[in-house]
Amino acid sequence: MSVTIEQVRHIANLARIHLSDEQAETLLPELNNILGWVEQLGEVDTDGVEPLATVIDQQMRLREDVINAIPETAGNRRDDVLSNAPEAQHGFFAVPKVIE
Amino acid sequence: MSDILDLTIAQLRDGFRKGDFSATEIATRYNEAVDASDALNAYLEKTPELALEAAKAADEAKAKASDSLKPLSGIPLGMKDLFATEGVTTSAGSKMLGNFKPPYESTVSANLKAAGAGMLGKLNMDEFAMGSSNETCAHGPVISPWRREGSNAAITPGGSSGGSAAAVAARIAPGATGTDTGGSIRQPAAFTGIAGIKPTYGRCSRWGIVSFASSLDQAGPMARTVRDCAIMLEAMAGFDPKDSTSIDAPVPQWEKGLSSDLKGKRVGIPREYRIDGTPAEIDALWEQGVEWLRDAGAEPVEISLPHTKYALPTYYIIAPAEASSNLARYDGVRYGLREKVEGGGLHDMYKATRSEGFGDEVKRRIMIGTYVLSAGFYDAYFTKAQKVRALIKQDFRKAFEQCDMILTPTAPSAAFGLGEKSDDPIAMYLNDVFAVPASLAGLPAMSVPGGVDKDGLPLGLHLIGNEMDEQSVLNAGLAIEERAPSIELPGKWW
Repeated sequence: MSVTIEQVRHIANLARIHLSDEQAETLLPELNNILGWVEQLGEVDTDGVEPLATVIDQQMRLREDVINAIPETAGNRRDDVLSNAPEAQHGFFAVPKVIE
Repeated sequence: MSDILDLTIAQLRDGFRKGDFSATEIATRYNEAVDASDALNAYLEKTPELALEAAKAADEAKAKASDSLKPLSGIPLGMKDLFATEGVTTSAGSKMLGNFKPPYESTVSANLKAAGAGMLGKLNMDEFAMGSSNETCAHGPVISPWRREGSNAAITPGGSSGGSAAAVAARIAPGATGTDTGGSIRQPAAFTGIAGIKPTYGRCSRWGIVSFASSLDQAGPMARTVRDCAIMLEAMAGFDPKDSTSIDAPVPQWEKGLSSDLKGKRVGIPREYRIDGTPAEIDALWEQGVEWLRDAGAEPVEISLPHTKYALPTYYIIAPAEASSNLARYDGVRYGLREKVEGGGLHDMYKATRSEGFGDEVKRRIMIGTYVLSAGFYDAYFTKAQKVRALIKQDFRKAFEQCDMILTPTAPSAAFGLGEKSDDPIAMYLNDVFAVPASLAGLPAMSVPGGVDKDGLPLGLHLIGNEMDEQSVLNAGLAIEERAPSIELPGKWW
């Protein structure tokens, strides 16, 4: 399978990356080379193989059902959370207008 | 007395305890050396005051009662810029994070701090840890302290933990943290003539490490000796409830357990790692490594890891897929860069920010990742790769029924010159051909110096251990270290 220039633009849009025409033209052969190369996985017989999502043999843990059990990830840290925001107003993140 | 900069972490620790020098003397000497290292571009941020603060605490603790000293009291370390450090700029080598100052400390760096270590500064790296040469960094590449014999051309320290590797080899840090997703500790360690270990996935908490590919990312130490790696890893590792993939198991005393006597151990030599086109000197070093381990008492056995050739393509589906998902967080809203578009809406801002903030390699991987996860292609690429990953893991499981550790070369070549491979993404990816399978299987793996190539550049040998068995890896590494010709680190030219 190889991608077309339209697909490159579509993927860029899904990834929220703006590409100039020139950038899209450069990426097209690069992506096709990489995709062509990974396609060799098609040679491997994987019938009946369970996909591996995690290498550790461990049950997913549940956090203790206690408010603010772990101080670093607890609440009441609004100012910390906002301290790196490019724009914050009245204790909120500020973004460009979303609705007309 | 020898220069403080030439001492290992173990020697610094023991010398400080004996009273040969104070912790403040160590930190001061290192701060000076760091200050005089700008030509290497290894440190993105210098924190001499933090190194001195920890040194002062160590000196005071020693004056009070020497039994109040902690394992790393008196030791200043370099920190890869992927670790969130409270109040200290953390950029992950990217323009995207800009001047991000974390309001919290990563678990690994907090563990090192709690063990008494000071921080010299933040070390340069490939952008978001995506690269094998440090050339994808937004702040310019790290220059290796190494040069080919008879040449002044700039050489890569490898990547992505290139700043960490260069700093340790240049003696501007006695040890440094690294992270390894598909070889990012081991390949730069090999390229710079130092040791580096990636522990079993889950040994070190990922909390506070800027995420690249979450099912693969793992922190580990880089230092000049195997013993130093054991000392650092003991301090870095440990269960952390803040990371859902952290392993709930006690941290072994790896330093105490060090032994280069490998009697009764079997070392697996995987035939699939003999790859056409590998330079003869790499093959020769590998054979030499087998002889060293035999000399230490181990019995070499030939093993088979049949899916080895599929590891890299598997990795280059899984890692970009996870990266595209992880890096979706960089939206210009909560932290880092924001590019405004005159009269534009939220989506225009997202796109402008991400186009401006990410470099070419990161964009390439996000694009690949987005494609392999997109509707209609998910099963053909992503699920397929996860299935092959299961087979790679199974290969190792079977191999470890026949052996206790596996020996391979770390990388298919010595370090290359800056710019020599940057035009061809796949040629660059092939650097990690020997390192990636252990990453996909989550196994502990280490690079130790083995010798030098025809140009005088270092080469590494690579040891892979079974799950949770860092000790065998460290012990075999020690056996090689004791037998390999000692590599003289480059003298200061910078």
